Amino acid sequence: MTLIKTTYNRRSFLKTSALASGGMMLGFSWLASCKPSPEQLVEMPKEWFEINGYLKIGDNGLVTIMSPNPEIGQNIKTSMPMIVAEELDIDWKDVIVEQAPLNTAIFTRQLAGGSQSIRQGWDALRMAGATARHLLKQAAADTWQVPFNEVETNEGIITHKATNNSADYGDMAMAATKIAIPEEVKLKEKTDFKIIGTSRKNVDAKKIVTGQPLFGLDYEREGMLIAMIVHPPAFGKKLGTLNASKAKSMPGIRDVFTVQSYKEGGVKAWCDVSAFDELVVVVGDSTWEVMKAKKALELEWENAPETENKIGGFRGDVRVQKVPAGLENSEAHKLLMENVDKSKIRVARKDGNTDKAFKKAVKVIERTYTCPFLAHNTMEPMNFFAHVTEDKADFVGPIQTPEFMEKSAAERFGLPLEKIDIEMTRMGGGFGRRLYGHFLIEAGVISQKMKAPIKLIYTREDDMTNGVYRPAYHAYYKAGLDADNNLIAFHVRAGGIPESPLAANRFPAGAVDNYLAEDWSLESNITVGAFRAPRSNFIAGAEQSFLDEVAEEAGKDPIDFRLELLKRAQENPVGENNDYEAERYVGVLELVREKSGWGNESSSLHRGVSAYFCHNSYVAQVLDMVMENGKPVIDKVTAAIDCGIVVNPDAAANMAEGGAVDGIGHAMYSEMTFKDGTPQQSNFDRYRLIRHSEAPKSIDTHFVKNDIDPTGLGEPPFPPIMGALANALYKATGERHYHQPFINQVKTTDFKT
Amino acid sequence: MPTYNLKINGQTKTVDVQEDTPMLWVLRDHLKLVGTKFGCGIAQCGACTIHVDGTAVRSCQTPISAASDYKITTIEGLSENGDHPVQKAWLEIDVPQCGYCQAGQIMNASALLKANPNPTDEEIDAVMDGNICRCGTYTRIKKAIKSAAKSMNA
Repeated sequence: MTLIKTTYNRRSFLKTSALASGGMMLGFSWLASCKPSPEQLVEMPKEWFEINGYLKIGDNGLVTIMSPNPEIGQNIKTSMPMIVAEELDIDWKDVIVEQAPLNTAIFTRQLAGGSQSIRQGWDALRMAGATARHLLKQAAADTWQVPFNEVETNEGIITHKATNNSADYGDMAMAATKIAIPEEVKLKEKTDFKIIGTSRKNVDAKKIVTGQPLFGLDYEREGMLIAMIVHPPAFGKKLGTLNASKAKSMPGIRDVFTVQSYKEGGVKAWCDVSAFDELVVVVGDSTWEVMKAKKALELEWENAPETENKIGGFRGDVRVQKVPAGLENSEAHKLLMENVDKSKIRVARKDGNTDKAFKKAVKVIERTYTCPFLAHNTMEPMNFFAHVTEDKADFVGPIQTPEFMEKSAAERFGLPLEKIDIEMTRMGGGFGRRLYGHFLIEAGVISQKMKAPIKLIYTREDDMTNGVYRPAYHAYYKAGLDADNNLIAFHVRAGGIPESPLAANRFPAGAVDNYLAEDWSLESNITVGAFRAPRSNFIAGAEQSFLDEVAEEAGKDPIDFRLELLKRAQENPVGENNDYEAERYVGVLELVREKSGWGNESSSLHRGVSAYFCHNSYVAQVLDMVMENGKPVIDKVTAAIDCGIVVNPDAAANMAEGGAVDGIGHAMYSEMTFKDGTPQQSNFDRYRLIRHSEAPKSIDTHFVKNDIDPTGLGEPPFPPIMGALANALYKATGERHYHQPFINQVKTTDFKT
Repeated sequence: MPTYNLKINGQTKTVDVQEDTPMLWVLRDHLKLVGTKFGCGIAQCGACTIHVDGTAVRSCQTPISAASDYKITTIEGLSENGDHPVQKAWLEIDVPQCGYCQAGQIMNASALLKANPNPTDEEIDAVMDGNICRCGTYTRIKKAIKSAAKSMNA
């Protein structure tokens, strides 16, 4: 029997009034058809009983489950409530899902990032459901005067067999709210799961396909004005002069002014990354009028001096980060990275003696890999609603870090935390971009100045040229093989602008006797931030391409070569801090080998393999490429994934498919380049994202079946595919591809464009 | 400001806006039909796709002065109960991730199937290449279009 400690601070007893009057109807079976038939219409309860912060039960047995975390498309708004429903033991069709408010007293880690929502929410979500079930059972036992242990539940029905008593959850909900929460409650056995492990449709799908308001950009409040910003056109520039007289006189324009989003010299949190703190703001009645007025502004910019950012840590420490002056260029970046100063190189891990081993090696292979800066390009541009008054600040919009931004807003507006309210909307993509909520602060400052509710909207150009990019990375690899083609030495030296992508303790660390990992970084005034699978989103592809080339040099099948190394790591690991379980790595490689039918390459089928571990999950992918009319086309991707228990299999497959498409797209097509500090791509005409015809024709995903507690899936399928793509491209074209985006190299063969 | 009488989703709506106002912002700001999405503003992403007399157009590049004489359909009016075969196929295949681009994808796909009830993969690609999905749901979208075509032809 699995018991879990309940961690509520106090007994939760709250009877909430009916959400809707008895006559109001709501269609539930959105999945089967769109127009609910009469039997699918479920009457709303007259009264709701809040059992705990996660759920409330209606007098008619309907259950509302709160989804605590921000939804960015990773589908946790469906899968997190599924976990609660499982332990509550309710029929999923009787569940209504609502986005929870920001409330850190009730919910744990209300953040979308690091693929951690399900992993870190698992226990709390199970506890919430199991506690409610316990209270309902206790209520029934008390009512029927029977022993608690003889009371059973089954999908919302409580029974006591011996006395032939039966009730539904709605009948016992009020009584359940009066029972004290026990210190521990029993969890279901994993073998008894009925909802977890079965595919359930996206709870917002009907609203999405019918265009209902869901996103931050769709939000509106009475009297709300529209605001837009103008930021400097280049990193290293700041505002010189502003002449707004023409813009101010245009129809529908309320005001034009400059604001300081974050206070100069103040301490910023990690989520307050912002390249441009002084902004020009245009406020008006409608979006189009404001857009037109923006173009009528007469602006002059000047070079910004060197400055510094003070960044507050979690322990009250403050780190000073230099922001250099100057206008940077991508061509210069490349040269700087190729010729990095030796004094900047730091040893991150050293096993054995690579110098000696390379001297003994019969074959030595050296290769260098690079990737450019990337913009996140969420389809919904940055935006936020704010209404800041003297004693209160209300925010509504798309944010991955509501907990952290609540603190930032409290600091910025000089209000206590309880006077800051952040309502989470569904997000039109996140990918890490919305971890950094400077736009929330900007919206607040504008609202304060206007003394009105406002919605700040970025244009695509504002969004794409505002920074918080994926850093540019560079990795040098060197491998040594002995006469028997054993890998005896491995050296990786990885760095970037302005951070290194190195993961020193990941594979093949632990599998090679002589191993050296070094890192370095270069300063820049271009701001960066987490981008889906930070650092892994480059180093995985680089490493997996390199291993492919080493395997070829060793005359070994690329999967066999990896398995051989993993066997070493499993049986006799080198070093102590190896950050992976070799056995699970082997598991996904063996599964992808089986499911892809590996070994059936032909003159017309070109295949590349890759495997990586990050964000607690293991992914192996095989990419199949064929030549059609002289052009390489991606026919299929086969993926094998070990993320423990899979909560919602079809949605998980969707995530894996999206990760593969996203990885192929960015490795092949996308880059953000700079000339004199100015981003050279500012919209989708010049910034190339993968499109329909360039996606794999099919993607086949397989999950390793085990009963390990679930780990994340938002990020892990994204990084390795870049290696599989490079390896398949080599087979198809005969050329190795070292520098992303690969399209710059394969222009001669040309993909379908 | 000029006054326009628009035929939108089977209803007549009156708005007073400048003649160069794109339909995207007429719909979103003035008519509160926010299903049509802003993605790029330069007709490169397809998130703002609507039907003008049954043809898919990018509303961000369609000024009201050019659209006011025609029948306009938005995602909200594609079907009465959200039961257009394309919408049903999207639900059946559970296409969306973040969902932001999907209204535009659905509007473009439904116009495609109206003009070409049985498109090949290449014909689907040629039309749908104008719609970006940043989450990468392309394989599901294609599956859903084929499923919708099948049900419409049945």
